[in-house]
Amino acid sequence: MTLLEVDNISRHYKLPPAGFRGEARNLRAVDGVSFSISKGETLGLVGESGCGKSTTGRLVLGHIPRSGGTVTFNGRVVGTKRDAQWREMRRHLQMVYQDPLGALDRRWSIANQIGEPLDIHQKSMPKAERAERVAGLMADVGLRPDLAQRFPHELSGGQRQRVVIARALALEPELIVFDEPVSALDVSVQAQMLNLLDDLRARTSFASLFISHDLKVVRHISDRVAVMYLGEIVEQGPSETIFRAPQHPYTKALAAAIPSARRSDKTERTLLSGAPPNPVNKPSGCTFHPRCPMAMPVCAQVKPTMTIDGLHGVACHLVSGGNTNSVVTP
Amino acid sequence: MTLIAAPAEPPVFSLRNLTVDFRHGEGFVRALHGIDLDLRRGETLGIVGESGCGKSITWLAALGLLRGGAKVGGSAKVMGQELVHASDRTLSSVRGGRVAMIFQDPSSSLNPVHKIGKQLLESLRLHRGLTGAAARAEAVRLLDRVGISNAAQRMREYAHEMSGGMNQRIMIAMALAGEPDVLIADEATTALDTTIQAQVLALLQEIQKDTGSALVIISHDLGVVAEMTDRVAVMYCGRVIETGNRDEIFDNPQHPYTRGLMAAVPDLTGPRQRLVAIPGTVPAPDRLPPGCFFSPRCEYASPQCTAAPIPMLSIGSSLIHRVACVRLDAISQGVAS
Repeated sequence: MTLLEVDNISRHYKLPPAGFRGEARNLRAVDGVSFSISKGETLGLVGESGCGKSTTGRLVLGHIPRSGGTVTFNGRVVGTKRDAQWREMRRHLQMVYQDPLGALDRRWSIANQIGEPLDIHQKSMPKAERAERVAGLMADVGLRPDLAQRFPHELSGGQRQRVVIARALALEPELIVFDEPVSALDVSVQAQMLNLLDDLRARTSFASLFISHDLKVVRHISDRVAVMYLGEIVEQGPSETIFRAPQHPYTKALAAAIPSARRSDKTERTLLSGAPPNPVNKPSGCTFHPRCPMAMPVCAQVKPTMTIDGLHGVACHLVSGGNTNSVVTP
Repeated sequence: MTLIAAPAEPPVFSLRNLTVDFRHGEGFVRALHGIDLDLRRGETLGIVGESGCGKSITWLAALGLLRGGAKVGGSAKVMGQELVHASDRTLSSVRGGRVAMIFQDPSSSLNPVHKIGKQLLESLRLHRGLTGAAARAEAVRLLDRVGISNAAQRMREYAHEMSGGMNQRIMIAMALAGEPDVLIADEATTALDTTIQAQVLALLQEIQKDTGSALVIISHDLGVVAEMTDRVAVMYCGRVIETGNRDEIFDNPQHPYTRGLMAAVPDLTGPRQRLVAIPGTVPAPDRLPPGCFFSPRCEYASPQCTAAPIPMLSIGSSLIHRVACVRLDAISQGVAS
C-alpha cells in the first residue's frame, strides 16, 4: 500500500544575472522527481554531491516550498505552509540529519531532547509515562540509562546519532527521511548504526527515504533505489536489480567507480571524464550526455523519458530504443 | 611492482619507535605509541584505521608538522637523514622536496588570494630553483601531467574558480613540483565524489608508475587501500596492530580488529547480510587499557591480553605479515572467551 506519493516535484532557485546585463538565471536543483514509498519500505536515494538528493528530502517533508509538483502522504497532500495541518502531519514524518551535534541542542539534556516531541504533540501525557517512554526509547536505540542527564558534548558521535534517532522515533512516525545518517561515522560505528536501523525497522516498521552518497550503505539498507543526477532521477528499481544489472550508463559508472576490498570483485572500470556540470547551465537533452561514454547524437537533443519495465525504470535513449541489453559496459 | 624490495636497498623512509605526546591539562597524553615502519622506493604503503588512530599524526610528526603542545620522540629518517628534532631549515628542504604531502581538503590547502600559477611557481622556485620562462614551462607541464586541460589559462585562475577534483589535481601538481621521493596522500580522495575519486586515484597510480616514487595512502576506506597499495599497516589507538602485503591483509586478516573492520563494511556484491559490528567504541587516549588496546572490545580477550605489552609476531613463513595479538591460536580455533 502506497504511503508516500511524490509526483513531479521540483525546486528552482532564481539567481541574479551573471553580469551586469542579461537575464536572471534559473538553478534547477530538483527537476521533475517522482517516486513512491509503500508502508514499511525503504527507498534509497543515491547520487553525487550537488545532485539534489538532500533538497529532494526536504521538499518531500515540505520544509522548503516546492516550485512544482505534489506530495501526498496517506492520501493527504503534504503542504508547505506552517499551519495546523502541517504541524499535525509532522508527527508522522520525521527527519534524521548527518551531523547529530548540529541537530541537537547543546544546553538540553539527552532525556529532554528525546522527550521534546512528546511535549509538543502529546501534551496531555503524564510525567511518569513520559519518563518511561523516554527510557524505553533510549533502550531501543542502545543508549545506557545513565546517559539520560548528560549533554550532547559528553557523548561520542555514534551515541549522538542514536539520540537523534530516538527523538525521531518518539512519536512512532510512519516515515523517516534519513539524510546521510552514517556518513560522518567511523566504519565500526557505522556498522552498529546500520544494524540498529535494521532492528528498529523490523520492530516498528516505519518506512524511510534513505539519502546517501555511499552505494554500499544504500544497497545494504534499501528495498528499492533511485539514482539521481543533476536534479533528476535517471534510474530506479529494486535494490538488487539496480546493483546487479544497472541499465543507465551513469549508474554503471557510479557502481564501477567504487573501490572494493573484495579481491574477486576486480572489474575493468569505466572512468567517467570530467565532473558534473553546473546545474545553472544544464546540458540539453539528456543531462548526462557530455560525460556519457555511450552518448549518441540524439542524446544531446531529446530528453529521454523514463522507460518502465515492471518495477525498474530507466531514463536513457539506449534503453528506450527497445533493447535493454544494448547497454553494455564499454 | 615487486612487493619485497631487494634487502640491500635501504628504505627511503624509515620510522623507528616514533612517539607523540600531546599536552593534556597538567601533563601529557600519548597519542602515538612507538611506530616502526619502512617504506621502499616504488612501493605503495596503505595506512588504515578509524579516526583518532594516529594514521595522520604519524606522518605529520615525522615531517615536523605538529606544533605547540606536541612532543615527538623516536626516529624518522628520510634517505638516512634524521627528521625528528631536525632544524627548521632541514625540515623545510625535505618537505615539498623529498617528501610531499597531499591533504584531504584541497580548497583550504591552496591559498585563496593567489593565482594557481603563482603558487605552483613558488614551489618550483623553492625546491628546484627554477625561475622565469623555465619555471612557467614546467608549471604548464605539471598541470598537463595531472590532467588539467588548458593549463596556461588555468595558471591565471584562483582556487575558488575550480571544482574540488580540479583543486586536488592542482595539489598533486604542486606536490610533484619538488620531484619528491615520497608522496603521502592523507585521505586525499575522501572529500571527492565517487566518480572523481576514481579519476584522482588513477592519476596517483599513473604518476607513481612514471616517477617511481614511494606512495603512502592514508585512508579509512578499505576499498581505496585494497585497490591502491602493495603493503598495508592497520592502526588502532596509536599503534600498528597488523602489517603485511596487501593480499595477506585482505585475504587472511589475523588481528581481531582487522577482521572486525573488514566485516563491518557492507559490500556491493554478494548476499545482503547483517553486518558484524565491533562492539563498543574506541577508548580515549588518556583512558587506554593496559596491554592490548583492543582487548575491551575483543571477543577473544583473555587475561593474557592485558598482562603485558603485546609484541608483533610473524605469521607463518611470511617475512612481512606481522600481528600484535597473543590469542591467534584461540582465534583460529574459533574459541571466544
